[in-house]
Formats: sequence, C-alpha cells, structure tokens
Amino acid sequence: MTNNYDPETAMQAGRYLEYGGQYLPEVLMPEINRVAAAYAKYKDDPDFLNEFHTLLREYAGRPSLLYYAKNMTADLGGAQIYLKREDLNHTGAHKINNVIGQALLAKRMGKTRLIAETGAGQHGVATATIAALFGMECEIFMGKMDTDRQRLNVYRMELLGAKVNAVTSGSMVLKDAVNAALQNYAARSDDTFYVMGSAVGPHPFPAMVHDFQSVISKESKAQLQDAIGQLPDYVVACVGGGSNAIGSFAEYIKDPSVHLIGCEAAGKGITTKQTAATMALGSTGIFHGMKSRFLQNHDGQIDSVYSISAGLDYPGVGPEHVALMDEGRAQYVPITDDEAVDAFEYIAKQEGIIAAIESCHAVAEVQKLAPTLSKDQVIICTLSGRGDKDVASIAKYRGIELNED
Amino acid sequence: MSKLTDAFNNGKAFIPFIVAGDPDEASTLNNILAMAKAGADIIELGIPFSDPVADGPVIQAGDLRAFKGGITVDKIFNIVKAARQQIQTPIVFLTYANVPFKYGYDRFCAQCQALGVNGLVIPDLPFEEQAEIRPFTQKYGLDLIMLITLNSGDRVPALAKAAEGFIYVVSTQGITGERDEFDHRLAALFAEIKQYTEVPAALGFGIHTPAQAKALSQFADGIIVGSAIVELAAQHGTEAAAAIGQYTAEMKAALA
Repeated sequence: MTNNYDPETAMQAGRYLEYGGQYLPEVLMPEINRVAAAYAKYKDDPDFLNEFHTLLREYAGRPSLLYYAKNMTADLGGAQIYLKREDLNHTGAHKINNVIGQALLAKRMGKTRLIAETGAGQHGVATATIAALFGMECEIFMGKMDTDRQRLNVYRMELLGAKVNAVTSGSMVLKDAVNAALQNYAARSDDTFYVMGSAVGPHPFPAMVHDFQSVISKESKAQLQDAIGQLPDYVVACVGGGSNAIGSFAEYIKDPSVHLIGCEAAGKGITTKQTAATMALGSTGIFHGMKSRFLQNHDGQIDSVYSISAGLDYPGVGPEHVALMDEGRAQYVPITDDEAVDAFEYIAKQEGIIAAIESCHAVAEVQKLAPTLSKDQVIICTLSGRGDKDVASIAKYRGIELNED
Repeated sequence: MSKLTDAFNNGKAFIPFIVAGDPDEASTLNNILAMAKAGADIIELGIPFSDPVADGPVIQAGDLRAFKGGITVDKIFNIVKAARQQIQTPIVFLTYANVPFKYGYDRFCAQCQALGVNGLVIPDLPFEEQAEIRPFTQKYGLDLIMLITLNSGDRVPALAKAAEGFIYVVSTQGITGERDEFDHRLAALFAEIKQYTEVPAALGFGIHTPAQAKALSQFADGIIVGSAIVELAAQHGTEAAAAIGQYTAEMKAALA
C-alpha cells in the first residue's frame, strides 16, 4: 500500500488518485457547481445532519440489524458471519439512506422535482418514496430491459406518484437510463435535482453517496463492538456502481487489519462477453461525468454489459473504488450468475432470508471465503437489499414457470 | 494564425456537421468534398460514440448507422487523409472525451496534426478538465474549441478569455413561442462574449433554414448546423452528397 490515498482529502477535491472529476457538458457545469457548493455548505451543518439522522431513524427504520448468521457460520465451518441487514430498511434496500440525504439537499437548494436513474428499481423506488414524503414531483429513468424484468418495481414507483420513463435508446439498460436522465437534467436544471443512486458520476456525487451511505459501516462497527468487542477481519459487499460497498467500507478504510472485498457481476463469466466485471476486465476511461474504470473497446466505445442482476449491470464503477483497488486497500472479485443464484437459494434455506440477487454476489463470496478462515475470525457481509423483486426471475433461471395471472 | 479563426474572414461562416462513417467511409468522404465545394467555411466531423449524452436522437441515429458500417477511429483518420488530398477547408473533430483519452491524448493530437485536423470540440471535457489535454493540443497546434451556453452565467468571462479558434455557442433552451425573448438573451450573450475576446463565436442549436441562419447571424459570427444535415444523410444514405452540397450552398448564400 502506497498511502497516497486519503479519503477525506479526496472527497473534498473530487479526485480519488487520478479518478473522479467533473466531465460534463458545459450546459450542466453551472448546476453541478451549485450542487457542489450546496453540499459543501450543508454537509457538516448541524440542522441538516439532524434532519438526515432523524429521518433515517424514524422513517427508514435505522439502525439496521447486524445479525449473527449462526446457521451459515456452522455450515461453512470457518469464520463467524455477520449480516448487515440493509434489506430491512424501508423500501427494502440501502438506497434509501442516500436518497434521504440528497433529497434534503435538493429541498435546501429550492428544487421541486427529483429525477433519478434506476437499474433494479430499488433506487427509483427509494427516490419515488422520498419524493412522495417531501411532496416533490418525481420522474424515474429506467432502461426498457429493466422495466420488463422488474415490472413490480415499476408499478411500485407509479403507486408512489412517480412517472417512470422506459428508456429505449442504446442497449436499454442502466447506462442508457443514466444518459437519458442527464439529458433531462440539462433541460430542467432550474427546478430539478438529479438524485444519483450510486457512487458514480461527477463530483460531488461520489462524495455525497459515500457520506450518506457510510451510516452502514458506522453502525456495523459499533454493533460488532457491542456484540463481541472487536473489528471485523473482512467486510464483503456487492459492487455495481458501488454505493452499498463504499458505505460498507467507509469506516474501515483507515483500519488496515480489515480486509475489504467488493463482489462484481461476472455474468456468464469473465472469459465471456456477457459480463459486467469492470474491475477484472475494464480500463481507465471518461464516461458519465467521471474518470474511472470502464468496460470499453480499444476505441473507447463503452461496452454493452450483462448480469442477471439489473443493479450490477453497469459498465463502470465509482472512482473511489478504483482508487482503493489501485492502492491495494480493497480487493474486487468477480461472481458469476450461477454462483449468485446458488447463493440466493443457499441463504434462503440456511437463514430464512430472501436477499436481493445483487447482495447474493457478496453472499457467494462469503461461501468461498468463510471456510478458508479460522473460527475466531469475523466476516461482515452486507445484504444490500431484499430479494422479493427477484423471485420471478430466479424461478425463470431455474426453468420454473410461475403463473402470476 | 489559427486557420479556424481565419475561416471567419469570408462573411459569416457556415459550419456544417456530419457523423464520420454515416453510413460508410466512402460516403463520408463524398459528403465532405461536397460541403467544401459548396462553400462550407469549416467542416465539423463527428466521431461516433456509444453513449452520446450531449446529442439528440437524430445524431444518435447517425452514430448507430456509422457503427453498423464498421467505423473506427483509425478509419476516420483515413477519411480525413483522403479529404486533405483534395480540399483545404479547415476540419474540426467533435468527439467525446473518452475517444482521445483511450487513444492517448498525445497520439491522438499528433495524428490530428499530421492529417490536417485543425481543432477539437469535446462536449464532455469542460473548461475545468481541459488542462489534461491542453498540453497536447498546444504541442500539435490544434485549437481546443470552447463551448458556451445560455446558462453559463458567471463562467462566461473565463471561458471566453481561454477560447481559441472559435467559440461554439450552444443552447438546448430554445423554446418555440418564446422566440423573441430567446433572441434577446442570445444577443446579450454574444455581446458579453465580445467584451472578453476577439475570437469569433458561432451558434449551433438546431438551426435548420437559411432564413433562421440569416436572422441569427445578426449577432453570431457563424452558424453551425448538425441535425438538419444528418437528417439528409439519413434520407439519402450513400447518395447524400448532392443534397448535402445543395443545402450547404443555400445556407452559405443566406449568410454571405
């Protein structure tokens, strides 16, 4: 580890080693500068933080549980496994933490309309939920492929009063939803705030998402201390753009004894083209407002990517994660569809928890890792969301027809 | 000194845009030659990108046609090389930042100079991030074209002072029915830009007709047209050169 990377300094400057920055069209630059200035003004403001933490507690239902997975621990026969239960939050995923923070900032900036991109739909649902709570207008951009495979979440957003815009450009997945949302933001930035769902995009979004999601690791650190009086040896989380992972890692970055492992979607495998394994196969590039690591061809054209998980189906990753990897502070491993689906079934049967297919990429890594560790070692695995939304597609993956009519 | 700035000495400049490789290399070369012959003052050649966030559906569709035809960055350089054997009209590339970044800024800019490309328009490389490519555009004598929009606000002085070649004034805020108010704001923006720089400023924002171009050239030093020409390319496919040439001639006549 070269120790060039300091998270606090990086977040203020919007640069994580060479990654990050603000690579946006001029039409969005005045607005992104206003967002950065507003965030700098409010991030340490006691009233702002008080309102944020009150809503996390009273509306999102925090703190989320740190649950000792006794059955998995016994079955895998190695390290003690704790599950950080973000799936128990209101709306069923970690996404709500960040949305509350950004929507509060939007209100303070005088905005009346929230827009967001969404992959699996969790971030869209969270944004629609908070828009309803705050009485704000809401429009969600979602790739047509994703609206088809996550119809329940589309309806959920509509129930909450949001307009869902099914994006039919490009490969009709998450990156295309981001493109469409950016275009809408450019046209409507006078009244609109773009709620970025992952730890990606131009500064200050990666920093904001880091801060608002860091509640995950602040809690888990205190909870594990209370439970067994020690730090974890490993923290494992899934990574698409990397929001639950950065939140799960944040408080441990400066604890060198804690190994940080991000699990990315290998899709059908990293030797195939049907993959979203940015860390394993990507290279540095400039896209979606940031310099980061992307799956792209030799001409710099961004690849179409694939994963069974709509939430991990993204050709890039947050800039801070790339810095953490370059510094050797975190490791990133690819997990295939098959491994994630096996883990989906495993944790359901072992612990009685139906976890999101995204989160099951982390569970799959825990299944591999735990048996190699000793019984006095501890793994915290973040369950970023609940898996109700995935039941139909997992059944289909297993060749089971569910008649929902 | 700048060939791009000099291109504004022939009345109001007309700057047509096409997507390189739409629908193939040979057609692109023909279209470039037709625009040059018809009086284009600068030709803007778009390098297709997989995710053109700053472009509307017409140009996105042009990018897709070009990819279908198998276009690559090196093939685009070959088109420019072939064009340079026949025309002297200045050429600028419009490219998203990732293309030159991935190619290597040094190598990309060197290639531009070697083949006679005069400048770069990079919509997702704003002023704040231009420092990473500027050493290379300077080393190889390329103008890095500054974009200014109606909402640039207090950024205008800094952007205008750093401009070279020409300034690309762009807006997505032209709303039908608010034409007078819009023209008024544009006129004020051009007047403000003129306070800070001698570099000519061209306007591009979905202008289609010679009459529009003539009206807007009251305050703009040049007019950039993209979608209307890419639409012609979509209609006429590999046989678009005549229509694009005729359109270019009409627009230039309106500006002369």
